Amino acid sequence: MTGQSETGASGAARLEVEGLSLSFGGLKALSTVSFAAEPGSITALIGPNGAGKTSMFNCISGFYHPQQGAVRFDGRDVTRMHPPERAALGFARTFQNIALFRGMTVLDNIKLGRHAHMKTNLLQALAYWGPAQREEMALRAEVEERIIDFLEINHIRNMPVAALSYGLQKRVELARALAMRPRILLLDEPVAGMNREETEDMARFILDVKEEWGTTILMVEHDMGMVMDISDHVVVLNFGQVIASGLPHEVQADPHVTEAYLGSGDPAALMARLRGEGPDTGRNREEVA
Amino acid sequence: MQIGTAKHSYRADEALLTTRPQRLWMALFALSLCAAPFLLDNYWLYLACLVAINVASATGLNILTGYTGLVSLGQAAFMAVGAYTVGWMQLNLPTPFLLNLLAGGFTAALVGLVVGLPSLRVKGLYLAIATIAASFILHFVFVNWESVTNGNSGLTLTPATFLGTPLTDYSQLYFVFVPITALMVLGAANLFRTRIGRAFIAIRDRDISAEVLGISLLRTKLMSFAISSFYAGVAGGMWAYFFRVVTPESFPFVYSIFFLAAIIVGGMGTILGAILGAVFMTLVPELLRFGIDWLTPVLPNAAAMLSPVRTIVFGLLIVGFLIFEPKGLAEIVQRTRRYFHLWPFKK
Repeated sequence: MTGQSETGASGAARLEVEGLSLSFGGLKALSTVSFAAEPGSITALIGPNGAGKTSMFNCISGFYHPQQGAVRFDGRDVTRMHPPERAALGFARTFQNIALFRGMTVLDNIKLGRHAHMKTNLLQALAYWGPAQREEMALRAEVEERIIDFLEINHIRNMPVAALSYGLQKRVELARALAMRPRILLLDEPVAGMNREETEDMARFILDVKEEWGTTILMVEHDMGMVMDISDHVVVLNFGQVIASGLPHEVQADPHVTEAYLGSGDPAALMARLRGEGPDTGRNREEVA
Repeated sequence: MQIGTAKHSYRADEALLTTRPQRLWMALFALSLCAAPFLLDNYWLYLACLVAINVASATGLNILTGYTGLVSLGQAAFMAVGAYTVGWMQLNLPTPFLLNLLAGGFTAALVGLVVGLPSLRVKGLYLAIATIAASFILHFVFVNWESVTNGNSGLTLTPATFLGTPLTDYSQLYFVFVPITALMVLGAANLFRTRIGRAFIAIRDRDISAEVLGISLLRTKLMSFAISSFYAGVAGGMWAYFFRVVTPESFPFVYSIFFLAAIIVGGMGTILGAILGAVFMTLVPELLRFGIDWLTPVLPNAAAMLSPVRTIVFGLLIVGFLIFEPKGLAEIVQRTRRYFHLWPFKK
């Protein structure tokens, strides 16, 4: 592969979030959140609905600008960078509600992942001559041999994305992110809405990406089975704050986490909430968040 | 007879024409384009030149509106910029006409860059209104900048000269316009095989994820505006050499709508669509006129009675396309191709 040296970007990166606070008007979405994703590991960001996971993701990928705190990429402060600059550094992400280009084929969608690292200018493109053609052919070979084969989507490469099943679309989105040769891969609910088989496939691909490409992965996910199976490190958010972090089994055993998900551990208190007797029901809390 | 397509290299798979029948048809088409001036009479050559000009401009608008998703109603104004540039250069400078055409394209591209600036903030109908505003401002400039545009009476051009010969015949102009248009269409087709063309489509389909992929919205949108108006400028330049009179009324606002209708009827976001659409919009009114001519022996005053009907029929045809074939003429061609793709083995 030639591109890694071209871009100067290679290997997994360390992502660090430091004291991040974000509020929309009076609503505090995130307050002083800190955590890190270590190079070449899988970090999962979990938490109940409205805990601030997607806001966190949008801060990391540059759509929201936090009022306080910093996002560091290999020690470099990227908090104020725009998404295209982050892409050039090696950020890649997928979206919770698939954000593929529906009018294009799978192949073209994946090729777009390399956009920021390609050099063809307008004149060369109009003539499709010399360097432009060579660059396109190198891209095609890379996409075919490194990504399409890897993710087992050979059979659909020429199909328009709109015609694919949900699970396959998610996989194409992962393929597009991989085409960016990411140094950190942000996955926003990679298996949401998938059946068991599709979930297992996706989990396998994510593990393969980590092992074969050595990419740092940060994901938001609701499927606890998968999170506990493949993550190296789990960070739990609730009401915009980190309430626990550590190895999967540590987090699972943490009483704060159980409380965040299920409410208080006391059965009597739980029953009381179910009947809506408590002043602070789980439902109300979610609405606040 | 074809039973399948097998390719041995990525290059073959990414070629513009991938199958032998496609290449054969294209060769036939090129041959007939070369032969046309020897077979057609002057009236049809006039129409052929007009079609070439309109195809060039419609292809440009298709890059902007069909591929990048930025609705523009300024295409005629950009053509006017090209036409005035060419007219002024032809009258005041000794430069060869091909250079003038290029200069027309670049001037229009510069104007397009400025007109495109609001596109970062406004989309859809709002952008369309912004481009309409730009059209009227440009019209005002054409009327009032008399030292260059000669105001309302406009510029009257001398014919373009090529190797000492003045190009006055339609057949001569045909041999200049058709290759230029063919090159421009080829350029557009190439564009969408590369990163730049893909970035345009990405912005049309979903601009937020385009940004995440490292596509700068402002740069790419402006680039699309510049290319599109470059095409319009060159087309306008050809128009100037064709009619040899350029006035502020040569490129009315309706002409912009004509191009928008052409790419909608032809098929937005396909190279073939702009070509078919421009051909349709240019030729169908003429064909309808022939229909009236044929009726004249039967109905003596058919012309007077049916002229308004012609406009109505033309309008109905366009509405018909919007309803029954929203993806345009290009989709009909694609469907026919699919049907015959592996014919007769697969239907």
